[in-house]
Amino acid sequence: MNAIDQALAPKSALRLISGNHACALGAVAAGCRFFAGYPITPSSEVAERLSRLLPQVDGVFVQMEDEIASIAAMIGASMGGVKALTATSGPGFSLKQENLGYAAGAEIPCVIVNVMRGGPSTGMPTRPAQGDIMQSRWGSHGDYPILVLAPASVREIYDETLRAFDLAETLRTPVVLLYDQVIAQLTETVDLRDTDGDAHAERKWASGPREAYQPYAANEDGIPAMSRPGAGYRVHTTGLNHAETGFPTQNPEAVERNLGRLLTKFDRHRDVIDSWQTLACDDADVLIVAIGISARAATRAIEICRARGVRVGMFRPITLWPFPEHALREVAAKARAVLVPEMNAGQLSLEVERILGGKRVDAIHRFNGEPITPAEIAVRAEALAKAVIAKGKTK
Amino acid sequence: MIVDSAPAFDVRDYLRMEMMPHFLCPGCGHGIALRALLWAIHELGIDKDKLAVVSGIGCAGRLSAYIDANTFHVTHGRPLAYATGLALARPDLHVVVITGDGDCLAIGGNHLIHACRRNLKLTCLMLNNEVYGMTGGQVSPTTSETRLTTTTPLGNAEPNFDACALAAAAGASFVGREVTHHVPKLKELIRAGLEHPGFAFVEVLTDCTEIFGRKNELGSSAEMVLRQKSDLRPSAYRDTVDTPFRSNELPTGILTKTERPEYGAAYRKAAAAQRASTAAKVSTDANKGKA
Repeated sequence: MNAIDQALAPKSALRLISGNHACALGAVAAGCRFFAGYPITPSSEVAERLSRLLPQVDGVFVQMEDEIASIAAMIGASMGGVKALTATSGPGFSLKQENLGYAAGAEIPCVIVNVMRGGPSTGMPTRPAQGDIMQSRWGSHGDYPILVLAPASVREIYDETLRAFDLAETLRTPVVLLYDQVIAQLTETVDLRDTDGDAHAERKWASGPREAYQPYAANEDGIPAMSRPGAGYRVHTTGLNHAETGFPTQNPEAVERNLGRLLTKFDRHRDVIDSWQTLACDDADVLIVAIGISARAATRAIEICRARGVRVGMFRPITLWPFPEHALREVAAKARAVLVPEMNAGQLSLEVERILGGKRVDAIHRFNGEPITPAEIAVRAEALAKAVIAKGKTK
Repeated sequence: MIVDSAPAFDVRDYLRMEMMPHFLCPGCGHGIALRALLWAIHELGIDKDKLAVVSGIGCAGRLSAYIDANTFHVTHGRPLAYATGLALARPDLHVVVITGDGDCLAIGGNHLIHACRRNLKLTCLMLNNEVYGMTGGQVSPTTSETRLTTTTPLGNAEPNFDACALAAAAGASFVGREVTHHVPKLKELIRAGLEHPGFAFVEVLTDCTEIFGRKNELGSSAEMVLRQKSDLRPSAYRDTVDTPFRSNELPTGILTKTERPEYGAAYRKAAAAQRASTAAKVSTDANKGKA
């Protein structure tokens, strides 16, 4: 079996692959048949892999003239009814923000990979960071909903790429797949034989007579059915605020009704959106909240702490936005304090503080391009545990 | 007398009449250009269901909403990039881009030159009225020198682009220019662009009477249209483009037409060949396994 054929049959073998490679395989398995991108470290391998894979499945790969054109072409392909992906890193993610907002507002399904590297600006292209946590939620102007998934291993990148497409298609939304440079270029052995690569969700397509179809009808589930060009509906799609008809409106009631529906459309679907993992939380005095490579380091730190009799656990959001706040509140209820190790100057910790108002939230902030080590987290967690236990005794 | 077996052209068959009245200013030339486009589409018998119109931001960008087709009003400067994805993903659609001089040559200039180079089957209709009309009349990359705009109170001192020379220099396989004064000729040019098996760039010189004309005391809309006739000197296109800036000589009609491989078809052909070669290799490997 040659390399390309093997790549298209991930169930056939154990694979030693990078995170970016896993993303490309997951995209093809999810039914993605269009990729537009622009070279940027450390995400380029996603594009390189897909330039080989997509022609094999009658898909299209195109390298566009810039980052903006890449996301625009991707949205254009999705407007044509084809599952589509783009991949980038920090500076490119900044450039894509306006059109990310377009996809959110016009409700065009698509998946955007953002591999986080050092910032701001050109930053450290080959060094990891987790500095785009807030940008991935708030980067485009105005109010809009967005889904952000934050895998922490090569295998999880594969699974979350599949889930990203399923969520994008069924909820008609852009989905950001957010992972750091370490996870992107880390090479791990993954067993893809037990994946459900063939099970992927399809978009809700318009049906029935043209006269009765409204491209932005609220429907029972808050998700409008989309029409495929050529199917006879001949609708208008715009970045302007629009009514149920799809045509622009500045009528305050119509804007409030339609934008209101857009901004709350995930509320009824949190059961499929929310995803997190807990580790040793039941008796934890200190709860670590972390994503990506910082969560990987924390996993080892918890082993170190537990061996020393320090009760530390972890809550790891896999769906980062909307943040699974109900789950965090529940898990954190018994913990005396929270520790947030993250590779930025303080982003995830802000959200955790907001959700757990009143609870002590300490953080390890690292922005020098070096991952936070298990030992650093263990030392801080142990010190924090001792401090809060001592404080508890003095009361 | 014209004898034609095709049904007579009625522009209302191609418009979303529920969107009327339109929002264009009195005397604006954009409606004439839109009519010419729809006339050409009618003559070619393009199925409205298979017609996709992608437009950017500005006065020209708003035209897509009036067309009874699959219409996409996208972000400023990016209609060519959106259309590239749409046309690559859906080669069965007839994709037309409507853009303005600011949308296409300023904020979207990078996409224009690369669309010209790539030669994907697309028809790009650039309506050039020399000004940013929607935002109130600021200078654009095609504003003539010395003209007054709301951001050139001293008169425009920048040289202006010859959009057709720019497109041709970037490799466009079809380039043409026409004015709104000559509607049948404009329709013929757009029709030729729609029929072209590759990227077609069509510049339409259209008047902004309300904002640009008034500021520069160019007279009524009728006077401005008549000036198109007297000022323009249709001529053969220069073989050598020595400058991308506009000169007094403004050639009209088809200016460049060459045969180059269409990108989408070339990509699909190469992909199919690779799939065949992979299948053959897998088959050979399987036979080896049996032996």
